[in-house]
Amino acid sequence: MENKRCDLKMKELQEIARETRKDIIKMINIAGSGHPGGSLSCVEIVVALYFRVMHHNPKAPRGATSWTDRDRFVLSKGHSVPTVYSVLSRMGFFPRDWLWKLRKIGSGLDGHPCMIKTPGIEASTGSLGQGLSIANGMALAGKMDKKDYRVYVLLGDGEIEEGQIWEASMTTSRYGLDNLCAILDHNRLQIDDSIKNIKNPYPLAEKWQSFGWEVVEVDGHNFDELLKAFEYSKQVKGKPTMIIANTIKGKGVSFMENQLAWHGKSPTTEQCELAIKEIDQP
Amino acid sequence: MKLLSLRDVYGETLVELGRSNPNIVVLDADLAFSTKTHLFKEFFPDRFFDLGLAEADMMSTAAGLASCGKIVFASTFAIFATGRAYEQIRLSINYSQLSVKIVATHAGLATGADGYSHQALEDIALMRVLPNMQVIAPCDTEQVSSIIKTIAQIDGPFYVRLPKISLPKIYEHFEFQPGCSVVLREGNDITIGAIGPMVAEALEAHNILKSKGISARIIDFVSVKPIDETAIKKACIETKAFITCEDHSVIGGLGDAVAKVILEYKPIPHFRVGVQDTFSESGDHTDLYNKYGLMANHIANYAIKLLDS
Repeated sequence: MENKRCDLKMKELQEIARETRKDIIKMINIAGSGHPGGSLSCVEIVVALYFRVMHHNPKAPRGATSWTDRDRFVLSKGHSVPTVYSVLSRMGFFPRDWLWKLRKIGSGLDGHPCMIKTPGIEASTGSLGQGLSIANGMALAGKMDKKDYRVYVLLGDGEIEEGQIWEASMTTSRYGLDNLCAILDHNRLQIDDSIKNIKNPYPLAEKWQSFGWEVVEVDGHNFDELLKAFEYSKQVKGKPTMIIANTIKGKGVSFMENQLAWHGKSPTTEQCELAIKEIDQP
Repeated sequence: MKLLSLRDVYGETLVELGRSNPNIVVLDADLAFSTKTHLFKEFFPDRFFDLGLAEADMMSTAAGLASCGKIVFASTFAIFATGRAYEQIRLSINYSQLSVKIVATHAGLATGADGYSHQALEDIALMRVLPNMQVIAPCDTEQVSSIIKTIAQIDGPFYVRLPKISLPKIYEHFEFQPGCSVVLREGNDITIGAIGPMVAEALEAHNILKSKGISARIIDFVSVKPIDETAIKKACIETKAFITCEDHSVIGGLGDAVAKVILEYKPIPHFRVGVQDTFSESGDHTDLYNKYGLMANHIANYAIKLLDS
């Protein structure tokens, strides 16, 4: 039932990441709204998960005839869903041409993830802070049913200002959910300012460690480091793993990188062309 | 009159369900001894999770469990379930159409001495407004047992509101169906529709009115959403006025649900008995019902006034 591609070399993963970035820019340009910054920062994380780490089957997504042993991915930072849509379509969960109807009525691809509408989406999110709890529920069910599947959940670094994240983090460690691995997209920016200036959640690693988590820190744009961290998380027993992925918001497009303004703005057609050119020839 | 605890029966029914269905999972938020989910914990510790004082976390965790095929019962006090975790219910449970049964206790003024902070007067309104969410308010132990068993077999989210107080037995036997209502007394002058603890008050009001020569039809609207529109329409034709009774704000609850049908079908005079748009306070539950106008004699007086007008 498995559909991951263990044969994919680093170069091929990087190529997929480039294609994903181009999809994101095009999708948001056509949609006329969306969140390019945080979508671009988590590209390598999502590509690594779907193309190399997770066991899943696009022919049997969530639903009545689903493969119940599949690994689950919860996008807690739901606004970055263009990245996931691009990867899901590339994996064959739905046709590629859906991508160009992002955020349009009846498209099946809403502005934030909906598990009822979109094949491959495992949880409805978009209101920040809820994904880790949902992932905990999935991991608890896996333990109860003695299943081997793993649950991956991607959090935003601004998102961890939500109190529910810390409620959930205690649940994860209290129940020793070592079948759960969280990834923090540490791109350092939220809508209004840097996370440091808004609520200053630092020190990150120490916080999660003190909440009972195994913590690994990686370059979130480096496939080698990400894959090693995911592999490591499988060896950790009795507690969950948090991968702090240091990333760049807007990664891959020079005029978007580290810019607050590109959190939730659609590029013009001119900017879109420029961005795609840059991604093709870095 | 013998009073029975709806909460006890909830806990006991969960145990019964747990025996026959290994997919039943129960969650609580540090109120297991009050909601009576601790009874389930005693028998099935591996399928019970106390998520602590973290209602938001509990509701989203319930969603995750349900997405993996579990039938989840999540319990805490009604105000915390619906108020504290509103958006978690809205997005992670309801929008995703997951099988999470929120069974909340300590609803309404009848919560008593703990005061306003603990008396959910808006929970029906908050749950009713969510598309697809079914809202149920039982009035006795027979109903609780049937409701809990029935909703465990129906896919999708439910909200069930239980009072803290014990109540008299209304039914010898009851079989719940979504959208059902029950005519407890026939009558052709006025219709009194009630839910929860107010059903017993409405039945008493029936007797008071009878002694004054007024024939009141009493309907138990156990399913607030979907509401039994047929029963309301029938009452609009066969009786001259309508009174709704609920231990809840008059805004957004049973009264408004009934008013919508009356207004769109065949307007007749309608008065909503309930907590008016005001804050409540601590007190014995009967003192509170007296002060806020929720007793049988209040209902009877409103009925007489409405028929006179």
